[in-house]
Amino acid sequence: MENTHNTERHEYDVVVIGAGGAGLRAAIEARQQGKRTAIVCKSLFGKAHTVMAEGGAAAAMGNVNPDDNWMVHFRDTMRGGKFLNNWRMAELHAKEAPDRVWELEAWGALFDRTKDGKISQRNFGGHEYPRLAHVGDRTGLELIRTLQQRVVALQQEDYETHGDYEAYIKVFAECTVTRLLKDGDAISGAFGYWRESGNFVLFDAPTVVLATGGIGKSYVVTSNSWEYTGDGHALALLAGAKLINMEFIQFHPTGMVWPPSVRGILVTESVRGDGGVLRNSDGKRFMFDYIPEVFRDKYATTEEEGDRWYTDQANNRRPPELLPRDEVARAINSEVKAGRGSPQGGVFLDVSTRLPAEEIKKRLPSMHHQFKELADVDITAEPMQVGPTCHYIMGGVEVDADTGAAAVPGLFAAGEVSGGMHGSNRLGGNSLSDLLVFGRRAGAGAAAYVDALKSRPKVLPEQVTEAREEALAPLGHTGENPYEVHHELQRTMNDLVGIIRKSEEVAEALEVVEKLKERVRLVGAAGSAVYNPGWHLAIDLRNMVLVSECVARAALIREESRGGHTRDDFPEMSPEWRRRLLVCSTQDGSAVEVEERLQPGMRDDLITLFDRDELKKYLTDEEMAEFDGIAKS
Amino acid sequence: MSYKAKFKVWRGEGGEGKLEDFTVEVNEGEVVLDIIHRLQATQAPDLAVRWNCKAGKCGSCSMEINGKPRLGCMTRMSTFSEDETITVTPMRTFPVIKDLVTDVSYNYQKAREVQSFTPPSSVRPGEYRMKQVDVERSQEFRKCIECFMCNNVCHVIRDHEENKTNFSGPRFLMRIAELDMHPYDVADRQDAAQEEHGLGYCNITKCCTEVCPEHIKITDNALIPMKERVVDRRYDPLVWLGNKIFRRGDNGK
Ligand SMILES: Cc1cc2nc3c(=O)[nH]c(=O)nc-3n(C[C@H](O)[C@H](O)[C@H](O)COP(=O)(O)OP(=O)(O)OC[C@H]3O[C@@H](n4cnc5c(N)ncnc54)[C@H](O)[C@@H]3O)c2cc1C
Ligand code: SF4
Ligand code: SF4
Ligand code: FES
Repeated sequence: MENTHNTERHEYDVVVIGAGGAGLRAAIEARQQGKRTAIVCKSLFGKAHTVMAEGGAAAAMGNVNPDDNWMVHFRDTMRGGKFLNNWRMAELHAKEAPDRVWELEAWGALFDRTKDGKISQRNFGGHEYPRLAHVGDRTGLELIRTLQQRVVALQQEDYETHGDYEAYIKVFAECTVTRLLKDGDAISGAFGYWRESGNFVLFDAPTVVLATGGIGKSYVVTSNSWEYTGDGHALALLAGAKLINMEFIQFHPTGMVWPPSVRGILVTESVRGDGGVLRNSDGKRFMFDYIPEVFRDKYATTEEEGDRWYTDQANNRRPPELLPRDEVARAINSEVKAGRGSPQGGVFLDVSTRLPAEEIKKRLPSMHHQFKELADVDITAEPMQVGPTCHYIMGGVEVDADTGAAAVPGLFAAGEVSGGMHGSNRLGGNSLSDLLVFGRRAGAGAAAYVDALKSRPKVLPEQVTEAREEALAPLGHTGENPYEVHHELQRTMNDLVGIIRKSEEVAEALEVVEKLKERVRLVGAAGSAVYNPGWHLAIDLRNMVLVSECVARAALIREESRGGHTRDDFPEMSPEWRRRLLVCSTQDGSAVEVEERLQPGMRDDLITLFDRDELKKYLTDEEMAEFDGIAKS
Repeated sequence: MSYKAKFKVWRGEGGEGKLEDFTVEVNEGEVVLDIIHRLQATQAPDLAVRWNCKAGKCGSCSMEINGKPRLGCMTRMSTFSEDETITVTPMRTFPVIKDLVTDVSYNYQKAREVQSFTPPSSVRPGEYRMKQVDVERSQEFRKCIECFMCNNVCHVIRDHEENKTNFSGPRFLMRIAELDMHPYDVADRQDAAQEEHGLGYCNITKCCTEVCPEHIKITDNALIPMKERVVDRRYDPLVWLGNKIFRRGDNGK
């Protein structure tokens, strides 16, 4: 075919874009249900972002504290998200996470153990009981390797039966998807290029599962890698799907602040979960001054009580260092602004005076290694210096909770690229479990969609030609260096749509983004199409700018402060705003539109899991009257 | 604090290439990967290098720095003197795609040839009970970030292309040991280690252990014990006989 010249073509039932936890779990499910499945990823197999996750995967198995169960986990998740979460997702997640973790064990994962031989669980911010299944501080590595090895196990089965490892599941590594293709309303495939050669690839497939992760590379200070350019968010938008909650970005309270070249790299929350404390330059444990009203009765008010909690959780409240991340990040931000920061512009995070050196090395080996190697700091002997870093986006593709289906027929999404599950703020450890629960559901959703399909949507040659031209454009331009444009976008988002937002600043950011769009169209990439990072970045810029526009537009509209969205000019949380979701869409990619939508109220049996006094802090009077009606009956 | 460093970086694609000279700014606290990135941003936008985490967790940025296999993101510039010329080349054992990026598909092929975790069919998910001490041995090996530097440095395949078919390299011999030591794995792995994956080629020089960025004691804790298991098995006449009988019965099916 002429217009697909030099473009290899592959037919699949399900194309999964992304080989992190969500993508791999989705692909495993699709293959287990007999579908021919492709996994496409930008990096080598096994290097996706999930590999960097440290702390653990939250699942109410009740191994350490038998009082834990899905209802407690559900409540914690809703609280952490300030009740803006898609409650159906939060419910499914809390109910299914234990099975997903146990299944990993049957595929060869080796989690740390309790004394009676079960999977050990650790404390984390916002989780009422020790809940995170973990392996030291390298849980993400264990998760991704186990899933990777499960894919290999399936390939070995296929080799036995079909004589071909790749008969039913194949990994396309270092391959970037740049466009989704549609036949009428429905997905008909995906288009991309091999990073290695610059050659094009066409996937002819009725379903695409997006599992592309986050958007952190639109910010300067971030814990995220180069892969996080919001590709899946942008691909979904461009294909006609909708994004929700894009204003909510999690700034993790503890990123490294020094040396400058590693600024933003994550310091796991396990440091605090295992006893680490935050101090300002006066040596004060300042978090006690920042317990917000809604959490007042759940956290210790004295250091003594907080310290006792580590050994006796039944009779003490947890220390405020373990408040949800948005609270801790804002507190650190305020301390630094008030001039009580550390010499390197963060605050002190100290575990050296809290645990014996041997214990630190055992529980936090990779943190010990990371600080020693990168900052010359021995965390068993001195405090670390830390500050907030752009970490996770709560917003993403709007999906059906049960199947992961997006608004476009044939399109599914799971993991960080999807939106709703975490509301306005994600609890630590709830991502890894989210990947497994909703990865599996999206894989099953796609398989069911394929089964129900009457006729296979067709790939239209014009769309392929267009996608090719779009991808090739930067190689033909002699324009600006993409690294400069990228840097300006990162600075703009960091400074103007960061952790604390003001309407004038966000408006200014939108003006910059508008100008950047033009510059992005003209960037040039020197060199050939063979493994050319300048060209790759030039292509990614389209996505970053589009997604940044979503973030900024939604941030300007939401006039309240909640979770990962703090407005200096609207510092309070507003019950009216709680029910409203901001939904982003685009006609042709040149501009983003945002509309408001009411979120459906929680099911009766779920809302009655909460105390009236707690709900009162979040709901409108009208909603409370409804609740009283339900509670009575 | 900032100074200009001299770098020689291997550049080229499709089997041809040469070292190119660069003079580039270095700031306090930076690592070699930062310098490569600065070259991309300022002098060589198409310079190819792999990386992801920048924190020694993903194993993408393997390269040879002054001839030694290292992670670019964990090699601090302060370990060199300011007047030293730093030479950066791709891993030598794998074919170069472009600049610092090599074709590591050998490793993924070998990974696929190791029989997967094989638990007894009677244990259901959620029923696994293991003691911490019993999982620790395999856990050490599961720290592996698949940087493939151990395979890169092992003399059995470094400059010996012909051995690649019969030798899986320390990374995947260690994977076999990991599964062999897994409390619930029931597969018989010792013959395969020797016969299909080339355990016998290893003459315990420990070069792999020396380069491992995760400080895994590959040779002492994985390869040597695995060799011992193979030897015990082969020279224990009872086991040997047992095997034979089992095998016959198997074949007779
Ligand atoms: C340092 C760090 C520590 C963390 N620790 C924890 C923790 O302890 N617990 C927890 O629950 N969460 C943690 N998180 C968050 C969690 O790791 C991530 O949210 C999660 O791993 C995202 O998984 P994913 O499957 O959605 O995507 P990823 O694992 O990010 O995978 C995305 C995949 O999509 C591919 N991709 C992207 N764009 C394209 C494209 N255009 N074409 C083809 N492929 C594409 C990428 O190559 C990659 O394979 C942490 C995050 C970081 C950064
Ligand atoms: S110890 Fe064995 S595997 Fe390791 S480098 Fe030496 S020969 Fe190779
Ligand atoms: S064992 Fe060590 S050197 Fe070898 S691949 Fe794994 S991390 Fe790298
Ligand atoms: S970039 Fe991940 S190990 Fe160096």
